[in-house]
Amino acid sequence: MDWLSPQEWSAVALSLRVALWATAFSLPFAVLVALVLARGRFPGLQLLNGLVHLPLILPPVVTGYLLLLVFGRRGPVGHFLEQTFGLVFAFRWTGAALAGAVMGFPLMVRAIRLSIEAVDPKLEAAAATLGANRFWTFALITLPMILPGIIAGAILAFAKAMGEFGATITFVSNIPGQTRTLPSAIYAFLQVPGGEASALRLVAISVALSMAALVFSEWGARRIARRIAGA
Amino acid sequence: MKLEVALHHEFAAFALDVAFSAPAGVTALFGRSGSGKTTVVNAIAGLLRPQSGHVAIGGTALLDTRQGVFVPPHRRSIGYVFQDARLFPHFSVRSNLEFGARFAPPSETAPSLAAIADMLGIAHLLDRRPAGLSGGEKQRVAIGRALLSRPRLLLMDEPLASLDEARKGEILPYLERLRDEAAMPILYVSHSLAEVARLATTIIVLREGKVARAGPAAAILADPQAVPDLGVREAGAIFEATIVAQHPQDGLTELAVSAGRLFLPRVDAPTGARIRLRIHAHDVILATQRPQGMSALNILPATIVDIREGEGPGAAVSLACGEDRLLARVTRRSIRAMGVAPGSTCFAILKSTAVAPSDIGAGWEVGL
Repeated sequence: MDWLSPQEWSAVALSLRVALWATAFSLPFAVLVALVLARGRFPGLQLLNGLVHLPLILPPVVTGYLLLLVFGRRGPVGHFLEQTFGLVFAFRWTGAALAGAVMGFPLMVRAIRLSIEAVDPKLEAAAATLGANRFWTFALITLPMILPGIIAGAILAFAKAMGEFGATITFVSNIPGQTRTLPSAIYAFLQVPGGEASALRLVAISVALSMAALVFSEWGARRIARRIAGA
Repeated sequence: MKLEVALHHEFAAFALDVAFSAPAGVTALFGRSGSGKTTVVNAIAGLLRPQSGHVAIGGTALLDTRQGVFVPPHRRSIGYVFQDARLFPHFSVRSNLEFGARFAPPSETAPSLAAIADMLGIAHLLDRRPAGLSGGEKQRVAIGRALLSRPRLLLMDEPLASLDEARKGEILPYLERLRDEAAMPILYVSHSLAEVARLATTIIVLREGKVARAGPAAAILADPQAVPDLGVREAGAIFEATIVAQHPQDGLTELAVSAGRLFLPRVDAPTGARIRLRIHAHDVILATQRPQGMSALNILPATIVDIREGEGPGAAVSLACGEDRLLARVTRRSIRAMGVAPGSTCFAILKSTAVAPSDIGAGWEVGL
């Protein structure tokens, strides 16, 4: 890999790792929250909806600062996690993954929720009359039908986590090898004289990765949709 | 096995208040759109939770709002064939059928997937996807899927409503076999009197959320008082006949009914087979004396049981023909001209060509 300097390479690898963890970790929660939002009927549903979508609307710096307050080493949750599991977010790559997960969460929930709302509840009722309880109905009927939405949501969230900048830099700063992801590295290279060539290479990689993610998600969603339609 | 139902549920613009029981065989739930048929069936399946009520199969309560009993749908062992089939689009036909068997209680006597696919004529479709099937094929797969779940009760909500006449004709014989071979009660929702007359052993007529009429199929269909509920144009009694002989040179089939012999256009069934005939009330002519020199071949002696005069010019007349009942629709004017009343004897005349092939079904005790 001589066309990338070790610094550049470390930024790319870190971004991929951060985005992968962010996506994998938030996916089960996103499916659960999407299910609740699509199917739940209880007071406070709109509050939950607002809470989930907040990172989409808030300035990323605000989200980053809130994360620092809550998940910092002296924050209530951050302190608890460090004491109990030895898990530290502040100024670590794990914090970058958390910031990416939080920022990508609304996109993921949205895509999955739309696909859940498209599932005909009549099919689930039919499964129930055939003896399937709620778990099996979800696993065998609902889940396969919302798979395109889950894949689309995961890839969107992955791309968002790769490119997350404002919340990340506020929450975990810009430490080379630890929290310097692709966008932070591009930003850093642009701050030093002669860094433009490095920045451009990283920009090209960003564009390529984003395009690949989009194309792959489109292709995957279509393939699954075709399989479900049975044509 | 017997189904007992009592339900009460109030919607914004409509109150449902029904009680009935369904023995083995086909119980038809008949009524116009909006009379509450689907609501009743959904409440029995557990897909709708009524405000108050009681549902029991063979003495086991599935719903009892007083005792706080509500068995969830997946534990009711009730097969449900929906009007819109509801096959799982991401499964093959075989997987759809297997889904039915997957959660069924183990049984060594239950028919296998292959046997049911054979019975329903879908064995050649097993590897196909639902999206590529015709409406009639989808419905047969849906019936097979429901049967493979080994239900204690089968609910069928207008399973033929979305099909054309040819497809209906394709499925009706399977339903007749199901009725005659399966021990479980079948609750069959329909607004088509032709289907009901062909399949039902018991008829429950719903009107505006209430039971307007209930009883054995032959009795309800021959009851002149039920004519307004069933529809004047469609009214007609059913009775059982045995094939006596084929007369190929005339293209006719000779049948024995309890009051005598009938000649009908060729009925495709072996000699000795018992079939169910539906005879439209408007195809029956009454005469006070045995007619002479007339083209009609089928003349049965009868006794008038009941007469209902409608608001229009017509009157519905119920006749006892041997052990069977016949329904005739004549004008009020002819009733007066003939001077007949309940108890009078007369002759019922029906044209051989009056019985359409779709009005002939496989035999079943029609019992009055």
